[in-house]
Amino acid sequence: MAKYIVRRLLWTPVLLLLVGFITYILGYYGPGDPVEVLLDQYQDPVVVERIREQRGLDRPVIVQYGIYIKNAVQGDLGESFKYRGQPVGALLGQRIWVSSQLGLAALLIGFLLGIPLGLLAALKQGRWQDTAVISGTLLFYSLPVFITAPFLLVVFVLWLGILPSQGWGGFFDPRIVMPALILGIPGVAVIARMSRNSIVEVLAQDYVRTARAKGLPEYLVYWRHVLRNAMIPVATLLGLSLATLVTGAFITETMFGIPGVGRLAIESFFARDYPVITALTLIIAAAYVLANLLVDVVYKFLDPRVKYD
Amino acid sequence: MLTEPTEVMPRSRSLWLEAGRQLLRSKKGMTCLVIILLLYGAGMFAPIVAPYHYDEQNWDQTLQSPSLDHPLGTDRLGRDMLSRIIYGIRTTVIITIAAMVAGGLLLGIALGLISGYFSRWVDSAIMRVGEVFLAFPDILLVILIAATLKPRVLDFARNLEASTGIGGIVQSGVADYLVVFGALAIVSWVGMARVVRGQVFSIKQNQYVLAARALGASHFRIIARHIFPNLLPQVVVMVSIGMGSIAGAEVALSWLGIGVQPPVPSLGLMIFENGSIAILRSTPYLVFFPVITVAIIIFAFNLLGDALNDALNPKAR
Repeated sequence: MAKYIVRRLLWTPVLLLLVGFITYILGYYGPGDPVEVLLDQYQDPVVVERIREQRGLDRPVIVQYGIYIKNAVQGDLGESFKYRGQPVGALLGQRIWVSSQLGLAALLIGFLLGIPLGLLAALKQGRWQDTAVISGTLLFYSLPVFITAPFLLVVFVLWLGILPSQGWGGFFDPRIVMPALILGIPGVAVIARMSRNSIVEVLAQDYVRTARAKGLPEYLVYWRHVLRNAMIPVATLLGLSLATLVTGAFITETMFGIPGVGRLAIESFFARDYPVITALTLIIAAAYVLANLLVDVVYKFLDPRVKYD
Repeated sequence: MLTEPTEVMPRSRSLWLEAGRQLLRSKKGMTCLVIILLLYGAGMFAPIVAPYHYDEQNWDQTLQSPSLDHPLGTDRLGRDMLSRIIYGIRTTVIITIAAMVAGGLLLGIALGLISGYFSRWVDSAIMRVGEVFLAFPDILLVILIAATLKPRVLDFARNLEASTGIGGIVQSGVADYLVVFGALAIVSWVGMARVVRGQVFSIKQNQYVLAARALGASHFRIIARHIFPNLLPQVVVMVSIGMGSIAGAEVALSWLGIGVQPPVPSLGLMIFENGSIAILRSTPYLVFFPVITVAIIIFAFNLLGDALNDALNPKAR
């Protein structure tokens, strides 16, 4: 176990270095010259050369990446090309805060709808409610944003007329409802399916039969014995979804005009703002990898039967 | 139904026959299969099936509601929506099949087989590379690869036009297809490789593999004769589900404007162009028909995967 964690911890920085390097290389060989983007129409060859030299852009790409990583480790992620003079770190900070509010709302929707649906399906195992929940969630799970969005827009904006079609005002602003639903619905599907299977499995355990045999009221059987044990694997999903608090959502945020990480990524991509893209990729990848690691470790503690090689 | 004694029939044959029968009996599976065949057929034979050309503008008939002449209406340039959707499906068909064959089937299976069969450092190396790919956020890697590839592929196409004298390669959008396909293929091997590797690990433990090795069979023979055929059931399921997600990614790319460029129609671009609230209010069919088409494609592949899984992996139920 200890060996496993140490190996994972040693691999994680290497993994992130590779992820960063691939992004850097793609940016380097991608279209557009950052210095030309920076200088816009004012392109004096002498100035171009000087800036190139100043920023180390005349060195081999691997050296450039080395310099980038050295600065990044010291907390300096460079300066955005698009937002002149803004350090990438500060820019990302604001965006992550927005995305994490949206992510939290989506997470709440996922768990508050998913667990009851899973419980319903497990209670009515094999009956139509079960089938409805399972195939319904499969339908919703597989649908991308740009398909659910038009339906929500029609319902909330055109029929009910209670929401504007886009915008952002923080966690307690009603405009969060549609994007949070869009991001939360796939989660509902995963959580409902997982809860259902987990509850069905626990229901077959001896200790549940014992609890019933000793005359415990049914709601207590569920509360104390079934749900408590069945929720362990579901809880690991919570850990995995923690990463989504940082990562944002590319298309949803772009579509609803939410100033989060995802929209920043798309904007930076179109503006060829490579310092921002590289930093974003690194941060999102780090969040994802660390959440994964955390879940694996916690899972091991919760369920000692799990073995890793 | 009587269960036949397994010793009598060769296993591989009875498994597929049995699975075929099972699939034929499954309403869910057959419905999805028929839908997919219809849509893919329409897409492949778009020039024959579509009533109009995708770029045929008719300024007397702009923004018409669905009618007999134009079953799905016309857009603001008077182009027939049904034809545009059929040509849009063609884009999705080409990209999903090409990316699945190159990324999932060739790269994914080959790397998964090598990884699972030879284990040790080969396995570690391949799986670590896979982890790097998986660590990339969502479709960002696809976007970055597409953006980097694009100018190069376009340059190449222009050079080709100049040197061979064949015109219209850039215009035809072939280069765009190549870019999107390449980006998706590079990313889509990981999932398949991981599943194949896991399967190979468990198949390798079987006595018949040991027996083959004892008889002096080469690695290639063991992989080709004893391991590969046993992988296929899982691979078929993965292909069905993978096609759905590649279709989703293709639509997402063209939604973002990085995919196939206009005037060649793509479902993602149609959804993007007509996704504004003003259009939803006045002419909602412009967005809902493409949206429903994409939804059906993705949903059918997923459900078919489910049905195939029931048919091919009876133990998993």
